[in-house]
Amino acid sequence: MESEKDKTEFWRWLEYHSVMPGKDWRKANVITAGVDVGSVGSKAVVMIDGEIYSWSVLRTGSNSSDSAKKALDWAMQDTGLSLKDFHYIVGTGYGRVNVPMANRAITEIACHAKGANYIWGPSVRTVLDVGGQDVKAIRCDDTGKVVSFLMNDKCAAGTGRGMEVIADLLKIPIEDVGKVSLSVTEEPEPVSSTCVVFAKTEAVGLLRKGWSKEKVLASYIRAMAIRMSELIEKVGCEKEFVITGGQSKNIGIVQRVENILGVKRLPVPNLETTGLDPASAGAIGAALFAKALYEKEKHR
Amino acid sequence: MITYYGYTDGSGEYYIVIDAERCNSCEDCIKVCPQQALQMEDMFIDLEDKPVAAVTEEHRKKIRYTCSPCKPEDGNVPCVSACKLEAIKCIWKPK
Repeated sequence: MESEKDKTEFWRWLEYHSVMPGKDWRKANVITAGVDVGSVGSKAVVMIDGEIYSWSVLRTGSNSSDSAKKALDWAMQDTGLSLKDFHYIVGTGYGRVNVPMANRAITEIACHAKGANYIWGPSVRTVLDVGGQDVKAIRCDDTGKVVSFLMNDKCAAGTGRGMEVIADLLKIPIEDVGKVSLSVTEEPEPVSSTCVVFAKTEAVGLLRKGWSKEKVLASYIRAMAIRMSELIEKVGCEKEFVITGGQSKNIGIVQRVENILGVKRLPVPNLETTGLDPASAGAIGAALFAKALYEKEKHR
Repeated sequence: MITYYGYTDGSGEYYIVIDAERCNSCEDCIKVCPQQALQMEDMFIDLEDKPVAAVTEEHRKKIRYTCSPCKPEDGNVPCVSACKLEAIKCIWKPK
């Protein structure tokens, strides 16, 4: 683990992993895993009999299959589990075709809807997944089945990667950007560029104009929130509304999206006690599909 | 399951909308697309893979350019006309 005090790379978010206390995989009938290799983060979730057992979230490296392996290894650490103990593994996300230990790959759209349904329950109808490199607005039914979805057609605009770039430029730790962006007394105009490269140029220009770091940050995050809200409005925002993906932790985005849409997202469960992490929604959904597919194949 | 491929920007909004439930994988739309922007893709629905018409990965992020010659106001969007099951729609709302 890195320590906060020698931090010079402000974009570098902390990786984490954990095992649910008081559970024993040796007593389980079905052991499955979901591995979600995103463009920025790789997430693995191990489930025993359809319940979360352990998880890991780490940064995706330059090699998707290595990242997939690392994520699952980290989720298995200190558990005594090995790959041969798994009945079924599903890969998902941007790098899903490069998950070597997976029995099959499933698109992240289906997995995110399924995962959100598991995290928040059957009342969830609208899921905004803010990933590292794209944003998806998903509508689902009470079983977590996708009804409709919309993907943004732009690159890093309005996403986690763009946020990393701006955090580094402004020298504000990525964990704090949301809070800092909310410290402005008045909402500034949003930056006009949707491409992160141009937005960065625009941000530098604003700093030179004498804008404070907080104001520039608020301006950038506001632009992101507006774009995300447009996507949600396109598919229609039906309650309950939730946000998944790494940027679900960014309170600056969450509050602004809530304000624009006039809807509050469902609160995030306590990760330590429940194992339910909105950043891992895709991996959770993948692990659930893994169990369903294993049982289906067994009964064939 | 309905998928929206497209964009919203200063010029308005443009979406190719494909209904996976209606699609019968006949590939008629693929044959008529002047840009070769469509392909069959497996969608995961009810634990099964169903081949469904989809905008190719390559074209997904540049629909504004790929699909610019086809606008519904001219009454001619070949993929929409080709689909007998009305599984493909095109939304074009200029600002």
